[in-house]
Amino acid sequence: MRLHGKVSIITGAGSGLGKEMALLFAREGSSVVIAELQEEAGRNVARQIKEEGGEALVFKTDITQASEVEKMVEETLKAYGRIDVLINNAGINPSRTPVHETSEEAWDATLAVNLKGAYLCCKYVLPVMMKQNGGSIIHISSIVGAMGCSDRAAYAASKGGMIGLGRSMAVDYAPYGIRVNTLNPGFVETELTRIYFDKLREQDPQKLDRIIGHHPLGRLGKPEDVAYAALFLASDESPWITGLDMGVDGGFLHCKRI
Amino acid sequence: MRLKDKVSIVTGAGSGLGREIALLFAREGSKVVLAELKEESGRRVAGEIEKDGGKALFLPVDVSRSVDAERMAEATVKAFGQIDILVNNAGINPSRVPVVETSEEHWDLTLAVNLKGVFLCSRAVLPEMMRRRQGSILHIASAAGLIGCSSRAAYSASKGGVVGLTRSMAVDYAPHGIRVNSLCPGFVETELTHDYFEARRKDPVAWQHIIGLHALDRIGTPSDVAHAALFLVSDEAPWITGLNLPIDGGFTSVKRI
Repeated sequence: MRLHGKVSIITGAGSGLGKEMALLFAREGSSVVIAELQEEAGRNVARQIKEEGGEALVFKTDITQASEVEKMVEETLKAYGRIDVLINNAGINPSRTPVHETSEEAWDATLAVNLKGAYLCCKYVLPVMMKQNGGSIIHISSIVGAMGCSDRAAYAASKGGMIGLGRSMAVDYAPYGIRVNTLNPGFVETELTRIYFDKLREQDPQKLDRIIGHHPLGRLGKPEDVAYAALFLASDESPWITGLDMGVDGGFLHCKRI
Repeated sequence: MRLKDKVSIVTGAGSGLGREIALLFAREGSKVVLAELKEESGRRVAGEIEKDGGKALFLPVDVSRSVDAERMAEATVKAFGQIDILVNNAGINPSRVPVVETSEEHWDLTLAVNLKGVFLCSRAVLPEMMRRRQGSILHIASAAGLIGCSSRAAYSASKGGVVGLTRSMAVDYAPHGIRVNSLCPGFVETELTHDYFEARRKDPVAWQHIIGLHALDRIGTPSDVAHAALFLVSDEAPWITGLNLPIDGGFTSVKRI
């Protein structure tokens, strides 16, 4: 087991990528804290982990609220005594529009959850990791944070911000043995995005083909594609990797057919 | 075991990173072909793998010669029936100097092994991978292929070339189910680089400088690189291709100001 005895906090672990990482990490021996706004979804994941013989807790957390994040970290320490891994996975994408069509509300909400939420979780987890002299933090950013994609203004800004934050934290916390890395997933089909892809399948199959075609490997991603990359970065098999942002994207970021 | 029943070719597997990668892959269940110019060290690593109960085959290969690369692919298929993984690890760094001081011989030699060797071995192995519509190729590039490092003219050119080749091969062979990625290590201490680092350890200022280039405050170990290689070639990375992955303690991505 590659995370034996570790304690991992995963935000937004009630569904999608977060859920997949929670299940995989638990199978690899980690106790998992599911920090999730949607408590019921979080409970379902915790139940599944326990049914498989793993260990998990759910804390209802709005990561945009410092007080809630602080409480979640305290509760984690009370329950498990340490924090080895933090995955900033919770994210939203409410507006698929360019800048001039992006409402200020959508902008503020996107930045609050995707970027400020990651910052707040780090702010309260880092002192614990610094005291332990070790830890691994993973930001779940996006290909949209690393490359210009159409109609994603607020989302691109928030995810690009995560990549910058990851590099900055990497150098600041390396002296404490804390590694900070970022994953940039391509288009992944999850319970949440399936609604979007199903709609395209029905109404605009050409656009769906175009999206798939942007990934040289010729398919959309699966949650486990991302979960295994997170496992590698969270585990002791990557002790010399920090400050990295890495595409898990079927080749999206790195190639173009001409 | 994460590479059970797979067949891997590792070039330059007689020492350093290549040896570590070969040993780890064998422990994870892969049959390993050790393509190595130096017969004695190639045979020694084959012996180590077999002593541990693994399967290994040493092949004498000069990666810069197309006949050797072709023979390597043929002999692998003959011995093990298939090729799942190619790790283009063989490399040299004969001249640590800027362009003006770089001799044409050193330039040609560096490019022949580090870049043309990667091309030749990939070209030799690809048809077999295309036939089975699967495969994973991993180039060992370098942090010097991603950012400017002083006094590494020929080496940087060769490794930058590998980084470009990675992306190009990724898009061309994705339709055949073949993934192509590279690792870009920072300073790693191996048997080969030991003397270089030993000399600098005697000078605390020079040593602190090298260490300080890496945010994690240490140089790398072969094991650091081997585990990253294992992840990228395994079935745990099925949707990763075209990636040039720094494995460098933060060398390429961060700077203290």
